[in-house]
Amino acid sequence: MSAEARSPQHRLSIAGEDDIVLARQRARDLARRLGFGMIDQSRIATAVSELTRNVVRYATDKRGEVHLTELRSPDGTAGLEIVVADHGPGIPDVERAMQEGFTSGPGLGMGLPGTKRLMDEMDVDSVVGRGTIVTVRKWRR
Amino acid sequence: MARVPIIRVGDTLIATVLEDLHDRDALQLQEDIGAALERTDARGVLLDLTVVELIDSFLGRTLNDVAAGTRLLGAQAVIVGMQPAVAMTLVELGLELKGVRTALNAEKGMALLRRLIAGDETA
Repeated sequence: MSAEARSPQHRLSIAGEDDIVLARQRARDLARRLGFGMIDQSRIATAVSELTRNVVRYATDKRGEVHLTELRSPDGTAGLEIVVADHGPGIPDVERAMQEGFTSGPGLGMGLPGTKRLMDEMDVDSVVGRGTIVTVRKWRR
Repeated sequence: MARVPIIRVGDTLIATVLEDLHDRDALQLQEDIGAALERTDARGVLLDLTVVELIDSFLGRTLNDVAAGTRLLGAQAVIVGMQPAVAMTLVELGLELKGVRTALNAEKGMALLRRLIAGDETA
Protein backbone atom coordinates (compact mmCIF):
# COMPACT_ATOMS: atom_id res chain seq x y z
CA MET A 1 0.00 0.00 0.00
CA SER A 2 2.80 2.41 0.87
CA ALA A 3 5.26 1.36 -1.80
CA GLU A 4 4.00 3.76 -4.45
CA ALA A 5 5.95 6.84 -5.48
CA ARG A 6 4.31 10.13 -4.62
CA SER A 7 5.05 13.24 -6.58
CA PRO A 8 3.90 16.79 -6.96
CA GLN A 9 1.28 17.70 -4.48
CA HIS A 10 -1.32 20.35 -5.13
CA ARG A 11 -2.94 21.96 -2.13
CA LEU A 12 -6.17 23.93 -2.18
CA SER A 13 -8.04 25.68 0.60
CA ILE A 14 -11.78 25.21 0.87
CA ALA A 15 -13.54 28.21 2.35
CA GLY A 16 -16.84 28.38 0.51
CA GLU A 17 -19.01 27.23 -2.34
CA ASP A 18 -16.77 28.73 -5.04
CA ASP A 19 -13.94 26.47 -3.88
CA ILE A 20 -16.05 23.37 -4.58
CA VAL A 21 -16.07 24.32 -8.26
CA LEU A 22 -12.40 25.29 -8.23
CA ALA A 23 -11.32 22.05 -6.53
CA ARG A 24 -13.26 19.78 -8.88
CA GLN A 25 -11.91 21.62 -11.93
CA ARG A 26 -8.33 21.30 -10.64
CA ALA A 27 -8.85 17.60 -9.97
CA ARG A 28 -10.26 17.07 -13.46
CA ASP A 29 -7.35 18.95 -15.06
CA LEU A 30 -4.85 16.83 -13.17
CA ALA A 31 -6.71 13.61 -14.02
CA ARG A 32 -6.69 14.57 -17.69
CA ARG A 33 -2.97 15.31 -17.53
CA LEU A 34 -2.34 11.93 -15.92
CA GLY A 35 -4.08 10.25 -18.85
CA PHE A 36 -7.37 9.26 -17.22
CA GLY A 37 -10.23 8.76 -19.69
CA MET A 38 -13.37 10.89 -19.89
CA ILE A 39 -15.46 8.76 -17.55
CA ASP A 40 -12.70 8.52 -14.94
CA GLN A 41 -12.19 12.29 -15.17
CA SER A 42 -15.90 12.69 -14.50
CA ARG A 43 -15.81 10.21 -11.58
CA ILE A 44 -12.81 11.96 -10.01
CA ALA A 45 -14.23 15.48 -10.41
CA THR A 46 -17.59 14.37 -9.04
CA ALA A 47 -15.98 12.66 -6.02
CA VAL A 48 -14.10 15.89 -5.25
CA SER A 49 -17.34 17.84 -5.59
CA GLU A 50 -19.12 15.54 -3.11
CA LEU A 51 -16.28 15.57 -0.58
CA THR A 52 -15.64 19.31 -0.68
CA ARG A 53 -19.35 20.02 -0.40
CA ASN A 54 -19.38 18.02 2.84
CA VAL A 55 -16.74 20.42 4.13
CA VAL A 56 -18.68 23.53 3.14
CA ARG A 57 -21.94 22.13 4.51
CA TYR A 58 -20.90 20.37 7.68
CA ALA A 59 -17.52 21.60 8.90
CA THR A 60 -18.01 23.87 11.89
CA ASP A 61 -15.95 26.67 10.35
CA LYS A 62 -16.91 25.69 6.76
CA ARG A 63 -13.23 25.35 6.01
CA GLY A 64 -10.98 22.58 4.91
CA GLU A 65 -8.16 21.52 2.65
CA VAL A 66 -7.75 19.42 -0.45
CA HIS A 67 -4.50 17.71 -1.40
CA LEU A 68 -4.11 16.23 -4.86
CA THR A 69 -1.16 13.87 -5.23
CA GLU A 70 0.08 12.03 -8.28
CA LEU A 71 0.87 8.40 -7.55
CA ARG A 72 2.93 5.76 -9.32
CA SER A 73 2.50 2.18 -8.20
CA PRO A 74 5.49 -0.23 -8.17
CA ASP A 75 4.29 -1.73 -11.44
CA GLY A 76 4.18 1.71 -13.06
CA THR A 77 0.45 2.39 -12.92
CA ALA A 78 -0.41 6.07 -12.63
CA GLY A 79 -2.86 7.11 -9.98
CA LEU A 80 -4.38 10.10 -8.27
CA GLU A 81 -4.88 10.50 -4.56
CA ILE A 82 -7.27 13.06 -3.14
CA VAL A 83 -7.27 13.94 0.53
CA VAL A 84 -10.04 16.17 1.87
CA ALA A 85 -9.61 17.30 5.47
CA ASP A 86 -11.72 19.48 7.74
CA HIS A 87 -11.95 20.49 11.36
CA GLY A 88 -15.66 19.79 11.52
CA PRO A 89 -17.76 17.92 14.07
CA GLY A 90 -16.44 14.56 12.91
CA ILE A 91 -18.52 11.52 12.07
CA PRO A 92 -19.55 9.54 15.18
CA ASP A 93 -20.21 6.31 13.30
CA VAL A 94 -18.21 6.05 10.07
CA GLU A 95 -19.55 2.60 9.29
CA ARG A 96 -23.09 3.89 9.40
CA ALA A 97 -22.19 6.97 7.37
CA MET A 98 -20.94 4.63 4.66
CA GLN A 99 -24.33 2.98 4.39
CA GLU A 100 -26.84 3.92 1.73
CA GLY A 101 -29.43 6.43 2.76
CA PHE A 102 -27.66 7.65 5.85
CA THR A 103 -27.42 11.40 6.25
CA SER A 104 -26.65 13.69 9.13
CA GLY A 105 -27.80 16.78 7.31
CA PRO A 106 -30.06 18.09 4.59
CA GLY A 107 -28.56 15.86 1.94
CA LEU A 108 -29.48 12.72 0.12
CA GLY A 109 -27.25 10.60 2.28
CA MET A 110 -25.43 9.28 -0.74
CA GLY A 111 -22.35 11.44 -0.40
CA LEU A 112 -19.89 8.97 1.07
CA PRO A 113 -21.20 5.65 -0.32
CA GLY A 114 -21.66 7.28 -3.74
CA THR A 115 -18.14 8.69 -3.66
CA LYS A 116 -16.75 5.29 -2.72
CA ARG A 117 -18.36 3.72 -5.77
CA LEU A 118 -16.75 6.34 -8.02
CA MET A 119 -13.23 5.68 -6.72
CA ASP A 120 -11.00 2.60 -6.34
CA GLU A 121 -9.99 3.10 -2.72
CA MET A 122 -11.47 5.10 0.10
CA ASP A 123 -10.49 5.66 3.70
CA VAL A 124 -12.37 7.77 6.24
CA ASP A 125 -10.56 8.88 9.36
CA SER A 126 -12.80 10.85 11.68
CA VAL A 127 -12.57 11.97 15.28
CA VAL A 128 -15.64 13.49 16.89
CA GLY A 129 -14.98 17.10 17.80
CA ARG A 130 -11.73 17.17 15.85
CA GLY A 131 -12.55 16.64 12.22
CA THR A 132 -12.59 14.27 9.29
CA ILE A 133 -9.98 13.22 6.76
CA VAL A 134 -11.23 11.39 3.70
CA THR A 135 -8.66 9.81 1.37
CA VAL A 136 -9.70 8.46 -2.02
CA ARG A 137 -7.63 7.05 -4.82
CA LYS A 138 -8.15 6.21 -8.45
CA TRP A 139 -5.76 4.16 -10.58
CA ARG A 140 -5.43 4.36 -14.33
CA ARG A 141 -6.50 1.16 -15.99
CA MET B 1 -25.17 37.11 -13.59
CA ALA B 2 -27.55 34.76 -15.37
CA ARG B 3 -25.64 31.58 -16.07
CA VAL B 4 -28.74 29.97 -17.48
CA PRO B 5 -30.73 32.16 -19.86
CA ILE B 6 -34.33 31.07 -20.35
CA ILE B 7 -36.04 31.89 -23.63
CA ARG B 8 -39.61 31.25 -24.68
CA VAL B 9 -40.46 29.64 -28.00
CA GLY B 10 -44.21 29.21 -28.43
CA ASP B 11 -45.50 27.34 -25.41
CA THR B 12 -42.06 26.03 -24.45
CA LEU B 13 -39.33 27.47 -22.27
CA ILE B 14 -35.78 26.65 -23.33
CA ALA B 15 -33.07 26.89 -20.67
CA THR B 16 -29.50 26.35 -21.82
CA VAL B 17 -26.79 25.86 -19.23
CA LEU B 18 -23.67 27.64 -20.50
CA GLU B 19 -21.04 26.73 -17.92
CA ASP B 20 -20.21 24.73 -14.81
CA LEU B 21 -22.96 25.49 -12.30
CA HIS B 22 -22.27 26.58 -8.74
CA ASP B 23 -24.83 25.43 -6.16
CA ARG B 24 -26.42 28.87 -6.03
CA ASP B 25 -26.73 28.94 -9.85
CA ALA B 26 -28.61 25.65 -9.73
CA LEU B 27 -31.00 26.99 -7.09
CA GLN B 28 -31.40 30.21 -9.09
CA LEU B 29 -32.27 28.16 -12.18
CA GLN B 30 -34.92 26.28 -10.21
CA GLU B 31 -36.42 29.57 -9.05
CA ASP B 32 -36.22 31.19 -12.50
CA ILE B 33 -37.99 28.28 -14.18
CA GLY B 34 -40.78 28.39 -11.62
CA ALA B 35 -41.18 32.15 -12.08
CA ALA B 36 -41.08 31.85 -15.88
CA LEU B 37 -43.75 29.12 -15.85
CA GLU B 38 -46.02 31.25 -13.72
CA ARG B 39 -45.43 34.34 -15.87
CA THR B 40 -45.73 32.78 -19.31
CA ASP B 41 -48.19 29.95 -18.88
CA ALA B 42 -45.75 27.75 -20.82
CA ARG B 43 -46.59 24.05 -21.14
CA GLY B 44 -43.10 22.64 -21.45
CA VAL B 45 -39.51 23.17 -20.31
CA LEU B 46 -36.50 22.00 -22.29
CA LEU B 47 -33.34 22.03 -20.21
CA ASP B 48 -30.18 21.73 -22.30
CA LEU B 49 -27.16 20.33 -20.44
CA THR B 50 -24.92 19.75 -23.47
CA VAL B 51 -21.96 21.66 -22.05
CA VAL B 52 -22.37 20.45 -18.45
CA GLU B 53 -19.33 18.39 -17.48
CA LEU B 54 -20.39 17.48 -13.97
CA ILE B 55 -23.60 16.56 -12.19
CA ASP B 56 -23.04 15.72 -8.54
CA SER B 57 -25.66 14.73 -5.97
CA PHE B 58 -26.61 18.34 -5.31
CA LEU B 59 -27.21 19.29 -8.93
CA GLY B 60 -28.85 15.93 -9.58
CA ARG B 61 -31.29 16.48 -6.76
CA THR B 62 -31.99 20.02 -7.98
CA LEU B 63 -32.74 18.73 -11.50
CA ASN B 64 -35.15 16.22 -9.97
CA ASP B 65 -36.82 19.05 -8.07
CA VAL B 66 -37.06 21.18 -11.22
CA ALA B 67 -38.82 18.34 -13.06
CA ALA B 68 -41.20 17.65 -10.16
CA GLY B 69 -41.93 21.36 -9.65
CA THR B 70 -42.58 21.85 -13.36
CA ARG B 71 -45.18 19.07 -13.28
CA LEU B 72 -46.89 20.62 -10.27
CA LEU B 73 -47.17 23.84 -12.27
CA GLY B 74 -48.99 22.01 -15.04
CA ALA B 75 -46.09 21.69 -17.47
CA GLN B 76 -43.64 19.02 -18.64
CA ALA B 77 -39.84 19.10 -18.36
CA VAL B 78 -37.32 17.28 -20.51
CA ILE B 79 -33.56 17.32 -19.96
CA VAL B 80 -31.42 16.99 -23.07
CA GLY B 81 -27.78 16.66 -24.05
CA MET B 82 -26.39 14.85 -21.03
CA GLN B 83 -22.81 13.78 -21.75
CA PRO B 84 -22.19 10.01 -21.60
CA ALA B 85 -19.50 10.35 -18.92
CA VAL B 86 -21.86 12.44 -16.81
CA ALA B 87 -24.66 9.89 -17.19
CA MET B 88 -22.37 6.98 -16.19
CA THR B 89 -21.11 8.88 -13.15
CA LEU B 90 -24.65 9.72 -12.03
CA VAL B 91 -25.68 6.08 -12.09
CA GLU B 92 -22.63 5.02 -10.08
CA LEU B 93 -23.30 7.82 -7.62
CA GLY B 94 -26.72 6.27 -7.07
CA LEU B 95 -28.72 9.01 -8.77
CA GLU B 96 -30.64 7.75 -11.73
CA LEU B 97 -32.94 10.78 -11.92
CA LYS B 98 -35.92 8.47 -12.19
CA GLY B 99 -38.39 11.34 -12.06
CA VAL B 100 -36.78 13.16 -14.95
CA ARG B 101 -37.64 12.73 -18.65
CA THR B 102 -34.54 12.89 -20.83
CA ALA B 103 -33.67 12.88 -24.51
CA LEU B 104 -30.39 12.59 -26.39
CA ASN B 105 -30.47 16.05 -27.95
CA ALA B 106 -32.60 19.18 -28.28
CA GLU B 107 -34.41 17.98 -31.41
CA LYS B 108 -35.47 14.68 -29.82
CA GLY B 109 -36.28 16.54 -26.63
CA MET B 110 -38.63 18.92 -28.43
CA ALA B 111 -40.37 15.97 -30.07
CA LEU B 112 -40.78 14.28 -26.67
CA LEU B 113 -42.13 17.50 -25.16
CA ARG B 114 -44.70 17.81 -27.95
CA ARG B 115 -45.93 14.29 -27.22
CA LEU B 116 -46.03 14.87 -23.46
CA ILE B 117 -47.91 18.16 -23.85
CA ALA B 118 -50.36 16.54 -26.29
CA GLY B 119 -50.89 13.81 -23.68
CA ASP B 120 -51.66 16.44 -21.07
CA GLU B 121 -54.25 18.00 -23.37
CA THR B 122 -56.14 14.78 -24.03
CA ALA B 123 -55.96 13.66 -20.40
